[in-house]
Amino acid sequence: MNFGNLIKIALKALGSNRMRTFLTMLGIIIGVGSVITMLAIGTGSKQSIRSEIGSMGTNVIMVMPGNGHFGGVRQSASSMQTLKLSDYRSLANETSYLSHITPVVDASGQAIFGAENTPTTLYGVNGEYLDIHGYALSEGTVFTDEDIKKSAKVCLIGATVAKNLFGKEDPLGKVIRFSKIPFKIIGVLESKGSNTMGMDQDDLLLAPYTTVQKRILAITYLNAIHASAISEDYSTQAINEITKILQINHGIEIGEENDFNVRSMQEMLKTMSSVMDLLTILLGCVAGISLIVGGIGIMNIMYVSVTERTKEIGLRMAIGAKGKYIMIQFLIEAIFISVLGGIIGVIIGILAAKIIELLGTPTSVSAFSIVLSFLVCVFTGIFFGWYPARKAARLNPIDAIRYE
Amino acid sequence: MGEIIKINDLHRDFIVGDETVRALRGISFTINPGEFVTVMGSSGSGKSTLLNILGCLDVATSGDYFLDGVDVKSIDKDGRATLRNRKIGFIFQSYNLLPKTTALENVELPLFYNRSVSNAERRERSRKALIEVGLEDRMNHYSNQLSGGQQQRVAIARALVNDPVILLADEATGNLDTRTSYEILVLFQKLHDDGKTIIFVTHNPEISKFSTRTITLRDGHIIGDIMNPEIKSAKKVLDSLPVDDTQ
Repeated sequence: MNFGNLIKIALKALGSNRMRTFLTMLGIIIGVGSVITMLAIGTGSKQSIRSEIGSMGTNVIMVMPGNGHFGGVRQSASSMQTLKLSDYRSLANETSYLSHITPVVDASGQAIFGAENTPTTLYGVNGEYLDIHGYALSEGTVFTDEDIKKSAKVCLIGATVAKNLFGKEDPLGKVIRFSKIPFKIIGVLESKGSNTMGMDQDDLLLAPYTTVQKRILAITYLNAIHASAISEDYSTQAINEITKILQINHGIEIGEENDFNVRSMQEMLKTMSSVMDLLTILLGCVAGISLIVGGIGIMNIMYVSVTERTKEIGLRMAIGAKGKYIMIQFLIEAIFISVLGGIIGVIIGILAAKIIELLGTPTSVSAFSIVLSFLVCVFTGIFFGWYPARKAARLNPIDAIRYE
Repeated sequence: MGEIIKINDLHRDFIVGDETVRALRGISFTINPGEFVTVMGSSGSGKSTLLNILGCLDVATSGDYFLDGVDVKSIDKDGRATLRNRKIGFIFQSYNLLPKTTALENVELPLFYNRSVSNAERRERSRKALIEVGLEDRMNHYSNQLSGGQQQRVAIARALVNDPVILLADEATGNLDTRTSYEILVLFQKLHDDGKTIIFVTHNPEISKFSTRTITLRDGHIIGDIMNPEIKSAKKVLDSLPVDDTQ
């Protein structure tokens, strides 16, 4: 038997029942289309969250003071005063996986200019803070080491604060007050927008950490140390290195609880990613179910088709078709329906994803999802076509040919 | 050339529930090339069972069956399918054409299951078969666009296309009016004159007059096997029929 002949026979049979073929295919088209679209939405959201977190700096590492005991009483992390300037200095000097590092102290309060005022947070940092968190200046300059040494009363202003205090006026060179201390604005930050958690990243003031420590908070410890690894790939090494140095600095023995926490954006990214993965799997499952329903549709129609064409099958057997030819014919019909339906489904899925993207939800059609749903289609065809095909092949030609 | 069909003490039992129905109870005959045999019998006489066995659709419970020298008993299911494809041409009472398919495509069908026939050859042979049954101008008509007689001609062309050693007709004129029946019989006689071997199963005694030999069955036995001394010409009968305006 020529396989090409069997394909011709199968296609002819499908062609003579176009409406039914199309309706059967519709189940698969919808199934595959929704798998592609759902996975595209899942992947797209994941990628957009990744890139948003990435814009916050995926290689950012934050050192926070950790829990600790003080006289037998467990203290809250923020009240701990375990991070010192000496820690910052030793990290800055001794680490080999960090590109930038800054001490961080922060103070909340009202910023006042003339008749306007606005609540904001003043971060005491060094100039590298901008590199670590990806801020850029739209005008002016960053404060210098000299400013830090002198605890100069200068600051950089975030876009939101600038808008609230100055409106359309140029803030550069103006003097604002924060906790009664006057700060001269020497630079204006470019707007970064909100981060993934919806926090306004432009609602801040940056000043030399020495100024904030001495003139505003009157403390000697640090609230945090922010750093960035040379690249994302070195995050883990950098974290290990920082942990080791701080353990030595703080005299923490092996097995003892650290009085600090080192966290990276990488970890946050992982957490977010796993949530998104779960969402994608969930969407994929829902779509997968519709694909299975489509497959059952094929099976149903193939069963009906076998019964309806019993006489035809009997005739084919009488004129010399072996059982396996009949089986292959019906299998080809089932596979053809599912594969063609799959191809149309892929096209519709991609179009749907594009439309959804135009409506504002990020989508990303992956080659993986196309290959996967295509393979599922072929498998669906074989799996759901098998039983009806076998039923057809096992018909007794004598009974089949006289079937009415 | 030896005999086309040789059967010897053929039995066929069916088990229905607890009972055994003995449809064929020891049948023997030989059919030589060029014979036009009618198998007669009332319903229940076993003629359909015999036809199924002769057509390699069914196997005998006991006894021998040689088709063109092949011992059918020794061949498996797939082998019998191939045998049907190469050596037998079936013609059914209800034509059994595929719906929504042209006459030519219907005739091509048996050759689709024959690997050794190329596409071009299949088409050519199917055309020839249709010409032979007088349907050269109906090749691309769909089966539902043809009259009963024309459909049966397509079925005969389909039976001829694989150049079988024997044509098996099962009440081939049973669904047709008198005039068309004679037209079909004319065609059978023409094929017989061209050297085809034909077995025509029927319960209509009239038809046996046009064949060379009549085998009569009753209750699974052969009760008569006669060579017809005088073979009527279907063409003459057809010519003598009053002309029907609708034809």
